[in-house]
Amino acid sequence: MATRYSFGGDEHIFVEVEEEMSLDAFFKSLSITTAVRESRIKGVTEICPANASFQVKFDPDVIKPADMLAEIKKLEEQATHGAAEIDTRIVELPVFYEDPWTYETQMRFRERHQDPSSTDIAYTARINGYASTADFIAAHAGAPWFVSMVGFVSGLPFLYQMVERDKQIESPKYLRPRTDTPKLTVGHGGCFGAIYSVRGAGGYQMFGITPMPIYDPRQETPYLREFMVFFKPGDIVKYKPIDREAYDTALAEVEDHRFFPIVRETRFALEEFKADPGTYTKKMEGLLHGV
Amino acid sequence: MAFEVKKPGLATTVQDLGRPGYYHLGIPLSGAMDQEALIAANLIVGNDEGAAGLELVFMGPELVFQDDAVIAVTGAELPPKLDGQAQPTWTAIKVKAGQTLSFDFLRQGARAYLAVAGGIDVPVVLGSRSTYALGALGGHQGRKLAAGDVLDVGAPQRSVAEGHALDPALRRGVAEPAMIRMLPGLYWHRITEAAGKQFFADTWKVAPEADRIGYRFKGGATLEFVPREPPFGAGSDPSNIVDACYPYGSIQVPGGTEPIVLHRDAVSGGGYFMLGTVISADMDQIAQLQPHKAVRFVEVGMEEALDARAERRRNIEAIKAALT
Repeated sequence: MATRYSFGGDEHIFVEVEEEMSLDAFFKSLSITTAVRESRIKGVTEICPANASFQVKFDPDVIKPADMLAEIKKLEEQATHGAAEIDTRIVELPVFYEDPWTYETQMRFRERHQDPSSTDIAYTARINGYASTADFIAAHAGAPWFVSMVGFVSGLPFLYQMVERDKQIESPKYLRPRTDTPKLTVGHGGCFGAIYSVRGAGGYQMFGITPMPIYDPRQETPYLREFMVFFKPGDIVKYKPIDREAYDTALAEVEDHRFFPIVRETRFALEEFKADPGTYTKKMEGLLHGV
Repeated sequence: MAFEVKKPGLATTVQDLGRPGYYHLGIPLSGAMDQEALIAANLIVGNDEGAAGLELVFMGPELVFQDDAVIAVTGAELPPKLDGQAQPTWTAIKVKAGQTLSFDFLRQGARAYLAVAGGIDVPVVLGSRSTYALGALGGHQGRKLAAGDVLDVGAPQRSVAEGHALDPALRRGVAEPAMIRMLPGLYWHRITEAAGKQFFADTWKVAPEADRIGYRFKGGATLEFVPREPPFGAGSDPSNIVDACYPYGSIQVPGGTEPIVLHRDAVSGGGYFMLGTVISADMDQIAQLQPHKAVRFVEVGMEEALDARAERRRNIEAIKAALT
């Protein structure tokens, strides 16, 4: 892999591990950022891993930009030999596909879309070769997704589907970003899924909505009492399609602080996954319901 | 000690020097967009430089003080009034219990900072009192101020003489056109050499969408991209990238048309390419740009960026020396 380094002004180093997305690039980025964190270089203020890149923010009054760059390059050489395995967890996340709220939002921003006469899900299904939206939903919810970055806004996960590349869903971002997206929208842009943690601007195609809070700054949600952000890179998500009734029931549980997601501890090994993605992920999903 | 908000102004928020350390979770720096102005306001009233104050945007609020207080207004020229009487900016003003603080029309700049001796006493969240409204985090109930809000003020740390003021020579103004220095980089290689030259040659105007998240600019030429096969995962537009981190101050150009400089409530990452990053020394200056203001981007190298940073630090040291 050809790693590309660039300064982001006088306070950041930006490192593109790979121009295109892959789990290999993600794991390399993760291992270098872990090494940067563990090396405790003086002057480092933020370490932000992304999908196939990362950035480090530093105080140039403490460490010169050229010295910071040399430190990261040194760590990159060491990090490439690490095993791509992590202890992580798999989470079941309910999704109400084709919900009325994201539909209403789509209609308000139709002139910013590639295909104003269609819906986001029908458009994405069509350009990805699915015969119907039902087939598309089956594929979207049919294999788990890997959290390859957290960011954009508070606690928003970017998700990379754990299937062979030729099965991955791809869609363009809106021609011009929307100024509004319902909170907890399940979206897609490029090859990435996203769950919008808060209401706000967004450019991804919108497929549905989840009742499950993933960010709570007041920390009243029982499973967010320890920390306000649910996801971290490496988490694995399996969508579960639900209907309006199940959505409303889950929402009532959320409001009464009775909703708990299904979460299981697991270990992810990249090479084993790559050898046979289908079998590997089915085994992993089995953990969710004790199969 | 407390004050009540009678009218909230346009987008008044509680801000301190910010909340570093959580950008990897999408929680931005936040804090005063013009840090130097907030530091000056705090020092004028005898606070530590990092106390929480109010950031006032374009139009000031109307506040009624329930107790005696000492205040100062810095940054944009947004003249304060006490019970209708004009008061100086960049100067310690004594307020009596029951008096109403309001503001005259904005004369220059975009953001003024109101410090109150003792600092605004909202809860510290993740190490800061700053408001991050998009994430409903920090400040006063995670949002901009609304009529009827009552905000507590801490106990003053030092007493200052009425009229304690910052020497006008140390107050920073706004140039015309504003010159914003930037270090090219990040995905600069995605545009043609001619497009890069044109970007610096054009005069840009601040667009109406200019807020704490980012400042958008209009009026320059659309960028021409170097042709390529889109990398897997990026999306098909030439301005799309595999979603990556956005440095604070980075300049992204969705669709190659309107540059956006990310500021203190920045989105931490996304799928648009970036041309480079505004140098740290010039970020305060962006906070004072009004919509339609003319702006030129000026190319600099790392040495110039570090020299500018050192100069800014010396200015802040001079302000501290003058006020303490």
